[in-house]
Amino acid sequence: MHIVVCIKQVPDTKNVRIDPDTHTLVRQGVESIVNPFDLFAVEAALKLKDVNEAKITVITMGPPQASEALRDVMSRGVDEAILLSDRAFAGSDTWATSTTLAAAVRKMGDVDLILCGKQAIDGDTAQVGPEMATLLDIPYATFVKAIDIPDTNHLKVSRQTDEGTEVWKIPKPCLLTVIKEVGEPRLPSLRHKMRAKKAQIPSWGIAELGLEPEEVGLSGSFTQVVRVFSPPVRDDRVIIEGTVAEQAEQLYNLLKEAKVPGI
Amino acid sequence: MKAIVDHQKCTACGVCVDVCPFEAITLQETILEISDECTLCGMCVDTCEFGALSMPEVGSGPDVDLSAHRGIWVFAEWREGTVHKVSHELISAGRKLADKKGTDLSAVLLGHNLDPDLFQELIAHGADVVYAVDHPELAHFRDETYSQALAELARRKKPEILLAGATSMGRSFVPRVAALLRTGLTADCTELDMSDEGLLLQTRPAFGGNVMATIVCPHRRPQMATVRPKVMKTEKVPGHEGRVETVDLPESTFQSRVEVLEVLLETDQTAKLTEADVIVSGGRGLRKGENFTLIEEVAKLFKGAVGASRGAVEEGWMPPSHQVGQTGRTVAPNLYVAVGLAGAIQHVVGMQGSKIIVAVNKDPQAPIFDIATYGVVADLFEFVPALVKKIKQEQGLA
Repeated sequence: MHIVVCIKQVPDTKNVRIDPDTHTLVRQGVESIVNPFDLFAVEAALKLKDVNEAKITVITMGPPQASEALRDVMSRGVDEAILLSDRAFAGSDTWATSTTLAAAVRKMGDVDLILCGKQAIDGDTAQVGPEMATLLDIPYATFVKAIDIPDTNHLKVSRQTDEGTEVWKIPKPCLLTVIKEVGEPRLPSLRHKMRAKKAQIPSWGIAELGLEPEEVGLSGSFTQVVRVFSPPVRDDRVIIEGTVAEQAEQLYNLLKEAKVPGI
Repeated sequence: MKAIVDHQKCTACGVCVDVCPFEAITLQETILEISDECTLCGMCVDTCEFGALSMPEVGSGPDVDLSAHRGIWVFAEWREGTVHKVSHELISAGRKLADKKGTDLSAVLLGHNLDPDLFQELIAHGADVVYAVDHPELAHFRDETYSQALAELARRKKPEILLAGATSMGRSFVPRVAALLRTGLTADCTELDMSDEGLLLQTRPAFGGNVMATIVCPHRRPQMATVRPKVMKTEKVPGHEGRVETVDLPESTFQSRVEVLEVLLETDQTAKLTEADVIVSGGRGLRKGENFTLIEEVAKLFKGAVGASRGAVEEGWMPPSHQVGQTGRTVAPNLYVAVGLAGAIQHVVGMQGSKIIVAVNKDPQAPIFDIATYGVVADLFEFVPALVKKIKQEQGLA
């Protein structure tokens, strides 16, 4: 079984902040990490490989430094990595990104399963997986928390919905987006770290992928960001002082004034 | 491709140099230069007060006759015989957009054995037309059947805008609709407006809510967005009239490669976080699992749900279905009470959309106070019983 895992290198959002005085993004201390949800996808692939004959290839679209993210997941046991990098990819929305990733999967050919994290923590769109599957004309399931292999041609997946759990039988090849319940990511091992460090990671651009410049990046995008701004600051903050009885009374009155349901 | 500088307008003030998160902008003496590090994020464009910076345009692709598309559509999410609240919220929001644009508002209902009362309910909220597709293969949700049906309808009727709730269902199948229709989609919007040129302005949080971005889809139709539940207000339109159109679609529309084996509904009502009007959440500050009874008691008084921080779930005090935050559920109730949790950013991104946030923590430096509407610096084991007592007194229970 050939499993492809799609990952994204993202800024560590817990450090991304807008300076309240200058209203600009504070970039100090913002390091790049592998999108946490993609690490769950890597873990899901490794778990399948633990008990099945499988090869795992990880791909990412990004600038040359995104190869660091690829080496990170290789050090956890992923077999191969491919970087999709080209100046023409800049400004990609989810559609252009899906187009690029789908082209890479087509070029690889023999893919049985594609795994993605449920969403990336910078954009939070959750769109690339489903759009990519649609472009490849394969079925998909989102928010998957458990994967079983009932027979050679199918997967049985449990997916988390707002209402509960759904169990689906889905034929291969297919794409799954996973959530953390698939398993805590394993740590890098020394052996795989050495291998990852030495690995030659091929870099594919539009020429290798057989794509035209107008199909990718901003030219190949359907959506465009027209404005970026800091969210309105909550200016209604109140600290309630006094003894606990006084605090309880004040809070009760404030909530009553605000017509909170249940009070 | 990179941001474009109009050197006639640029005053070389250098503000954008500091703003660029990728250090892609430099001043060579008085000439502004943008390097290949530019990711077209748009931060510089927004800060330049001289209008000297702009983004290159998205490609227009093959010609699409934009004028052939008209009307606003809302996908009405049908689950277990009822319509999801977010769909009514979107009909109300869509009504305003339709009035502003002078166009029609339609609701699309997909399901099986659809109750005609649901159609009337959609009309009462402001829909001019309800398109209903009733088919046994739509009884259970699957991405393929639902997206094929909605895309086929959109191909026939050509709406200019298509909105859906950013629920687990909407976030799953709507990207496939957009891909089948070869159009753009903006996920998880919290604000919608119409530009003077008639484009849908779709505003959404990014970077875990630290940044807001407004997005447009200039050259493709329909313009598609999913919208977070509980952001838009529901308003009925008294006396509003509309019509219902039942649509038959070809059988091929209902074919799917996926087989639904089981649908297990969560029976634990207290875990229904995304729907709750009030959520009371506990964290590690509760010290042990038994103390969650305090949280449960407050939640019960508010008729709300019980949430938990990642820490509390990892300790095994609460099942994962209660977890709020980046790896748990994203919620936006009317009232969120955070008790004994510090407010790590991973938790905050999952609840900062709440209307009123109450924080109870004995550490005045806890980051949760930065986002709290009402902060209570107190020992939770003293404060929570005092609050319970007060509410019970007022409700006449004590």
